[in-house]
Amino acid sequence: MCGAPAQTPVLPAGVDLSKETVIYGAVSKEGAPVPGAYVRLLDDVEEFVAEVVTSASGDFRFFAAPGAWTLSVLHRDGKARRQVQAAGPGLLEASLQLS
Amino acid sequence: MARADVLVSADWAESNLNTPGVVFVEVDEDTAAYDVNHLPGAVKLDWKLDLQDPVKRDFVNKEQFEKLLSAKGIANGDTVVLYGGNNNWFAAYAYWYFKLYGHESVKLLDGGRKKWELDGRNLDGERVSRPATAYAAQAQDSSIRAFRDEVIAAIGNKNLVDVRSPDEFSGKLAAPAHLPQEQPHIPGHIPGAVNVPWSKAANEDGTFRSDEELRALYAGVDDAKDTIAYCRIGERSSHTWFALSELLGLRNVKNYDGSWTEYGSLVGVPVERGA
Repeated sequence: MCGAPAQTPVLPAGVDLSKETVIYGAVSKEGAPVPGAYVRLLDDVEEFVAEVVTSASGDFRFFAAPGAWTLSVLHRDGKARRQVQAAGPGLLEASLQLS
Repeated sequence: MARADVLVSADWAESNLNTPGVVFVEVDEDTAAYDVNHLPGAVKLDWKLDLQDPVKRDFVNKEQFEKLLSAKGIANGDTVVLYGGNNNWFAAYAYWYFKLYGHESVKLLDGGRKKWELDGRNLDGERVSRPATAYAAQAQDSSIRAFRDEVIAAIGNKNLVDVRSPDEFSGKLAAPAHLPQEQPHIPGHIPGAVNVPWSKAANEDGTFRSDEELRALYAGVDDAKDTIAYCRIGERSSHTWFALSELLGLRNVKNYDGSWTEYGSLVGVPVERGA
């Protein structure tokens, strides 16, 4: 699915990673984490699925499902976007940089 | 009902933060967000602790709601301006809840916290306390709240609007993707429901789309019939209820707050899967 993640996301107790497809990462700009960024998860036809706000360390996470997804970030200092493919349950790291 | 009666802009809010008789109230899914920072002078309502019965699945009763609003310093004559994160999902839910208990003047801050933050407007972490009031609520307005038997009876008769994402509607996801997917309810939707995701009613910055865009979006909702909106727990469908009832002025729109967590757990009721 992906290489060893630089860090693992904070997950609620009881989350079973053999069942949950967790797409997670951090938003940064010029190497610095961006808290308070709005990260959207879009489905394979770009329809809105969910939105979260990045934490103080710039982190976000979604519980998705296997398939193709797009991440879209909105912040007053910039935007970012990337596509990810989740092959199966487990952790999928997908960090983004604002430009 | 005109848009100006139910929505305020961020500019209006910014210049009315200290206006007597206007109370800003933050309601978030993330109930800790307010504690970090909030609109200057705003009070907080916790959608779970303050608005849900502590034991059974239901709302607080009229007396509890009166006690809550009195303690928060909200008077019957105040204009309550609600806002929050998640594109105002929980603020819209609180709006519907205030209407349920008959509060006269309640409005939503268009775009909620998101637009406020994207605009770079001021937030502070000051502790806010307002002098207590003696708030008097009305009996619940049953014309805007749907219960399960009415929803089952509505299949094939009324407009059922499922406002969740297409993946939740089809059954691919069991909950919005910021929540774990292992859920006790089964996936799917109510037979005959149309899927109009709540997100289509909002712009990227969280503000509502124009009346013209909303009319086009809900063109398939026949105003000659009564309408019931639902989602997973009733907060996103409050957002759609607001668009249909308060912005477009459709008659007889109800929010089904039991929503999919209730319907998807009922024994023997019909369920559909797929798009």
